[in-house]
Amino acid sequence: MQANVTKRKVLLTALVVSLVCSAVVTVSTIVLRPIQEVNRQHYMHLNILKVAGLYQQGVAIEKQLQQLEIRLVEHETGEFYDVEQPETYDQRKAAKDPKLSIALLPEEDIVRIKRRADYASAYLTRDDSGRINRIILPIHGSGLWSTLYGFIALQGDTETVIGIRFYEHEETPGLGGEIDSARWLKQWSGKVVFDEYWQPKIELKKGGVDHGSPDTIHQVDALSGATLTNRGVENILKFWLGDNGFGPFLDQVRSSEGRL
Amino acid sequence: MSSMPTTDAYKCKVTLINPLFDSNPITIQVLGICSALAVTTSLKSTLIMCAAVIAVLTFSNTTVSIIRHHIPASIRIIVQMTIIASLVIVVDQFIKAYAFEMSKTLSVFVGLIITNCIIMGRAEAFAMHNSPGLSFLDGLGHGIGYSLILIIVAAIRELLGTGRLLDYTILPSVFEGGWYYPNSMMVLAPSAFFIIGLLIWALRTWKSHQVEKDQ
Repeated sequence: MQANVTKRKVLLTALVVSLVCSAVVTVSTIVLRPIQEVNRQHYMHLNILKVAGLYQQGVAIEKQLQQLEIRLVEHETGEFYDVEQPETYDQRKAAKDPKLSIALLPEEDIVRIKRRADYASAYLTRDDSGRINRIILPIHGSGLWSTLYGFIALQGDTETVIGIRFYEHEETPGLGGEIDSARWLKQWSGKVVFDEYWQPKIELKKGGVDHGSPDTIHQVDALSGATLTNRGVENILKFWLGDNGFGPFLDQVRSSEGRL
Repeated sequence: MSSMPTTDAYKCKVTLINPLFDSNPITIQVLGICSALAVTTSLKSTLIMCAAVIAVLTFSNTTVSIIRHHIPASIRIIVQMTIIASLVIVVDQFIKAYAFEMSKTLSVFVGLIITNCIIMGRAEAFAMHNSPGLSFLDGLGHGIGYSLILIIVAAIRELLGTGRLLDYTILPSVFEGGWYYPNSMMVLAPSAFFIIGLLIWALRTWKSHQVEKDQ
């Protein structure tokens, strides 16, 4: 009898404590989410500016964003898709909507994202004659633990990298997490992401790039101790610069000589 | 809830003040060292970490103390753990909402507060046997004691390692055209060990009764 009472008490305490704790956690998450969402948006915008080398300290980010032309790109055709307010487009939401996205075949889905939205945002700048000179594109895909979300900025020739940055990921700090380190990011500038047949070509080279080899321009140092993060980054670029990603769009930019 | 009669004022004071120097969790109990090493490279992240630890420690102590008579001994550790883990998640959510840039580098360590031995240690050693009021003070005292050491370590490391404190240049470094050569060892983990060691030495010279007897 005594044992039963104790057992019941143990279960009851465990139940009550778990319920109260989960309620507290849930409430705090829900209440704080809108503020976090604003922060996330802000941080994403900061990364768009930084990846293109446009960020100026001390100037409001929303103001700096105005120098960018924001457009929606249709992946299928590679053409612009005109909408009222392209800046409000939410690609992550669209990728979950069967009407606004496609399911990727397993062999196409090298980045393990399952679905790809039909449209993507592209951020552009143009030179004085109206030709595109910077193309900033959102990219994402699986690393080791998490989906990596980032941007790649290309020059008007569509193949020379200005920069690459990931603004959201949960890779191992100190190993895969080093994709955030300024030292690693710096070496991307000037790399060439396509081969002579306009196929994506970029390699994260273990043990460092082969200096002197003609492929050096397609290589960056791999992160040590982060095989799967490296492979993730490689596949992300291969996918998003390829036919299922921004390949058709970049073709259009080239064939129109940046006057798209 | 138990109230604190005025005759207990002395006890309250001792509970709050003692952990600062006489039984400091880091220098005497040598607990919570992992975070002391990890986050003290910059003063800013240390301040946020300290605020997080103080918040979690006071709330966990108080909560555990309030329900201490209802916690069956057989599951007391897991109950404490659940409470601490929930508090840590809440604190992490707050940091993500109000100190987003910091959360990018700190979130990992904030998560690790769950395993910070000071917090479980105080819940088990103090809050399980004392009134909520006293447990609150004990948590606050230990949180401040922990923070005191971390802030000293971080200030030394950031100043000597970068020449700056909280984004203000104190010692203009040679990279910025000044005269100070930043000591890069200070930004690496071992320097935190050295500084904590020196602090323990200094504290035991000041309060010589803390010196352990030869065996």
